[in-house]
Amino acid sequence: MDILSHLIDGILTAFQPLNLMIVIIGVTIGLIIGAMPGLGSVNGVAILLPATFLVPPTTAMIFLAAIYYGAMYGGAISSITLGIPGASTAVATVFDGRPLALQGKADKALVAAAVASCVGGTVANILFTAFAPPLAHVALSFGPPEIFALMLLAFATFIGLGGDDIPKTILSICLGLVLATVGFDEISGAPRLVFFEITGFMHGINFLVLAIGVYGIGEMLWTINASRNDVSMTSVEIGARRIVLAAKESFTAWRGMAIGSSLGFFVGVLPAAGATPGALMAYGLTKMTAKNPQNFGKGALNGVTAPESANNSAAAGSMLPMITLGIPGSPTTAILLGGMVIWGLQPGPRLFAEQPEFVWPLIGSLYVSNLMAMVMNLAFIPMFLWMLRMPFTILAPMIFVLSVVGGYAATQDMHDVWLMLIFGIGAFFLRMLDYPLAPAVLAIVLGPQTEESLRQSLLMSSGDPLIFVSRPIAGPITVIALILIFLPLVGVIRRRLGAGTRTAT
Amino acid sequence: MRRAEIITAGVLALFSLYVMWKAGQPAWEGVARWSNITYVSGEGPGSGFWPFWLAAVMLGCTVWIAVNWWRRASPLSRSGERFLDDHGIGMLIKVGGGVLALIGLNHIVGMYGAMALFLFYYLYFLGRHRIGLSLAIALGAPVATFFFFDVAMRIVLPKGYLEPLFIPLYDIFL
Repeated sequence: MDILSHLIDGILTAFQPLNLMIVIIGVTIGLIIGAMPGLGSVNGVAILLPATFLVPPTTAMIFLAAIYYGAMYGGAISSITLGIPGASTAVATVFDGRPLALQGKADKALVAAAVASCVGGTVANILFTAFAPPLAHVALSFGPPEIFALMLLAFATFIGLGGDDIPKTILSICLGLVLATVGFDEISGAPRLVFFEITGFMHGINFLVLAIGVYGIGEMLWTINASRNDVSMTSVEIGARRIVLAAKESFTAWRGMAIGSSLGFFVGVLPAAGATPGALMAYGLTKMTAKNPQNFGKGALNGVTAPESANNSAAAGSMLPMITLGIPGSPTTAILLGGMVIWGLQPGPRLFAEQPEFVWPLIGSLYVSNLMAMVMNLAFIPMFLWMLRMPFTILAPMIFVLSVVGGYAATQDMHDVWLMLIFGIGAFFLRMLDYPLAPAVLAIVLGPQTEESLRQSLLMSSGDPLIFVSRPIAGPITVIALILIFLPLVGVIRRRLGAGTRTAT
Repeated sequence: MRRAEIITAGVLALFSLYVMWKAGQPAWEGVARWSNITYVSGEGPGSGFWPFWLAAVMLGCTVWIAVNWWRRASPLSRSGERFLDDHGIGMLIKVGGGVLALIGLNHIVGMYGAMALFLFYYLYFLGRHRIGLSLAIALGAPVATFFFFDVAMRIVLPKGYLEPLFIPLYDIFL
């Protein structure tokens, strides 16, 4: 009851005129930033943090948290309407959101994304409020072997789902992981894979360079070629009635929401993970457990609700270790944590006891931001769909321009823009030959954490790889991942043997 | 398609070999090549360990793709279609070339100048839209982008030789 009364107080504080206005402004900025390819919550929070020194810490934190939440919603807008993930957290939303838009169901995808985001955020907020201490404790007990096992599981879902050619899927994963290793080795400090001794590779390859190259330039070239200049981005009807109907229909994809909300929160709590792996894992798990997994990638509504509920859930989850233990759960919360220190607050377990007037309004604002983000998102859907109604010969050059500008904004280095073009053209050719490219994007995002956890684990075990199967939590996760990897191989061998037997008889 | 499948596998195999070679490159003088791709006692896996073995798996995958191609086991390895027809080649030259010019012109007339020229080229020449609409979008988009990135987000986009034109704007807005 103590928690409930604190929460009600916090929500009432968040509803005060100044705080409510800050929430609405923050959510709107977050939606725009999230929708812009190349910009995510981390950019918005980092750039606008200095602007918050004018207001009290509680209001400042509410503002930045609202941007964070809004960006989680906004990422889906460009994933669905343009086919370019607005932020890494919305990469998985492209897989089914884009096909839905191309089928003329962009309104359904956008409404489903908004509803799923709200459900995921609400579930996560309740979990955040009620189960904070024990969950954070469990997550903190995860060591490098458990983190690596989780990463392996994320990759294994792509192989195990069997939708694409197996060697091409594995090659795509390895390509993404290799690209993630370019630059300085974070452990030894040694430069590596500086291709052709070009110094631009020294700072590594930002995942956005690959993601925008693949989903911006490559996707556009492929669409223009496949459509024979006859692209009609479908005339989409939208209105209050259709939004209500689409909102009702989005609950038919409750499985994606359920998996995304729960998995996203838990993955978000992990300091090494966050909203991006949470969304990708939720997508993989929902596809794996679906009755018709072959529909995924072709416009399955569960393929939108799973990652969208997961990334919002993970955003709230990543706040948990930051507030309770002083450990950021994501890059964005790392910046928020820095802001708290600047404001003279000491993040950690004592914050709940010593600064309740800061913590509970913040938690209350998460509920309010979540609701406001959905309302604003749904209200602006007609504006987002306006982008789709434009003739493709207007939309296409704008996407190319947005991609180039977004690619530059991510690192502010022309080397990366050129690299993005190479990735885009490479992605066009690979897509023509049925290479799946989503695993490469997943891999470049998770690559640094995967390598770090692998090397730390092997160092812990003096090089013995059995550490991944001998630990109580890492063991079962690794075994599931290995089953997922080898299951399709067993299927291939059985089919070959069956064919051989038939030929012999 | 069949020929493109094996050529692409070959290119990816060469890239894998190059990555393996680069991964084994010593970071400092006096260190033997390939010494960083194994487990170093007391230090753990070397800096080249992870990329080397990933590239080795990539190489294995290209061999697997080549075997499937030889056995005609995959749909693409049985396909007699052209990889890119005349329309595809034309599209790649006109659109891909346009994007190439968009990026290349950044070094000369900056992001905003390149953006305006690219948008006009695409809208008027490729899209065959009216000159008024083409000009409006080609000039309006850079203005909107300037206010969002340079002014609101404080992300300064390259200006190239057009930098002097922006100095009065900096004085007003930044």
